[in-house]
Amino acid sequence: MNKVAIIGVGHSRFGDRSDVNISELSFEAIKPSLESSGLTTKEIPYMALGSMGVWSEEPLPAVVIAEYCGLTGAGLVRCEAACASGSAAAFNAYSAVKSGQMDAALVVGVEKMNQIDMSTVLEMVGRAGYYMWEFENFGMTFPAYYAFHAVQHMKKYRTTEEDLANVAVKSHKYGAMNPLAHLQHEITVEKVLGSRVIAWPLKLYDCCPITDGSAAVVLASERKVKELGFEDPVWIETIGFASDTANISKRETYVGLNASVKASRMAYRMAGISPKDVDVANVHDCFTIAEIMAYEDLGFCAKGKGASMVREGATEADGKIPVNIDGGLKAKGHPIGTTGVSMLVELTKQLREEVKPSRQAAMKNYIGLAHNTGGTGHYCYVTILRR
Amino acid sequence: MDKPISLKSARTLRITYNLPISRTVKFWDGLKEGKVYATKCQKCGKLHFPPVADCGNCSSSEMEWIVLEGEGEIITFTQVFVKPISFSEEPAYIVAIARLNDGIKALAWLTGVKREDVKVGMKVRLLAKVEPDGKAVYEFVAV
Repeated sequence: MNKVAIIGVGHSRFGDRSDVNISELSFEAIKPSLESSGLTTKEIPYMALGSMGVWSEEPLPAVVIAEYCGLTGAGLVRCEAACASGSAAAFNAYSAVKSGQMDAALVVGVEKMNQIDMSTVLEMVGRAGYYMWEFENFGMTFPAYYAFHAVQHMKKYRTTEEDLANVAVKSHKYGAMNPLAHLQHEITVEKVLGSRVIAWPLKLYDCCPITDGSAAVVLASERKVKELGFEDPVWIETIGFASDTANISKRETYVGLNASVKASRMAYRMAGISPKDVDVANVHDCFTIAEIMAYEDLGFCAKGKGASMVREGATEADGKIPVNIDGGLKAKGHPIGTTGVSMLVELTKQLREEVKPSRQAAMKNYIGLAHNTGGTGHYCYVTILRR
Repeated sequence: MDKPISLKSARTLRITYNLPISRTVKFWDGLKEGKVYATKCQKCGKLHFPPVADCGNCSSSEMEWIVLEGEGEIITFTQVFVKPISFSEEPAYIVAIARLNDGIKALAWLTGVKREDVKVGMKVRLLAKVEPDGKAVYEFVAV
């Protein structure tokens, strides 16, 4: 089996990107990813795209983007794993390179969510729980799904609304340092607690914004890495994966996501590492409670201790294990299918120590972890990067 | 930055899905008779709610219909204030997951109570209900 490296990265500015269409937005990430890899569009045999795409007009975004960016003729696929679509696309292309089928592949994530009104977006996302049993009659929304977890976590572990607010404050602190982030302003606990209730107990500032954005990474085999003369690239060590029930009522627990536990244990085992070895992580904080649960599910702390991790600053840039120091989904933004790829771009920069000092994690083992869930914890991918 | 310029698409699509229920029609008919049914696999004995025609546990398609007693307690809940567009006419609604003594968990609206009075562990009953427009649904009520 081949080793697989990330040799090029590109990332658009996140936000309300109504100034560009889906192809132009993708170009903003694809062009720099190829330029930094040293490959041309003609040398890319395959592109895997992560995108949900129900909020923008093109039903076949992969072909539209490929034509616009000069990639027509390459093998194409659009991968869907809800909010983990970007990681699903990465896994697809990673497997193709790892197997020896090809020496290079492009992974792109793109989402354009601001082309329709907000309550229709909320509807399209809400329908992606289990339409028949949870939406048709009960109108579940994504904030409502995570509110279920927040209520249980608060009951069982005495996590408070203020603990949740602390996560948002941390995310915005780093979002304000990231010129590519959607929300680049700092907030206070009071502002979070005073914001309007979306799905009790979650408030506006507990929720990620509705964001447009693109990200791209170029993957290459060890042979291609040598041929292109990369001395010390970032390698994809492994990608762990898991899933959970479609019906949220069938879950074993509501204080965490079982798919996160399973996918991370698989990734740690395959990479031969433990959570303690991770120097920097990006976790799927679509809501503040999701970040707290992720710390616990990934084994960064014991179950029920997630809130104290934030309180103690353990996941700040200078903490024991820096998490989401690019602003996370919460402040950087969460263009659904883009997020998994955006995490790979950020972690590659972190591992290369290219991030500005205020938000550069200290490297000891040069190991990064991306945790990307989809749906209501339906899908999970955990990717381990190493340099 | 300059104000973004967009064309308003001239093509509007209105989509209403037909939801196939031939193989679980007893469930939907049952709601109109005041019963909430689950299915039980006759081969492996697994109880399924929501009801299914095929068993994901053992792949058998021999199902028995069981009427749920419906008594249980709230595991978790929320109240939805910012609603999807197709629910925009509804007042903020409470959704709960409860564990039923029948041996399954269910998700449904919890009606007739204020959110401030809802607690994890609260006793509820799952009831069938026919709405004024004839739509058959099920909901939790406090016991």
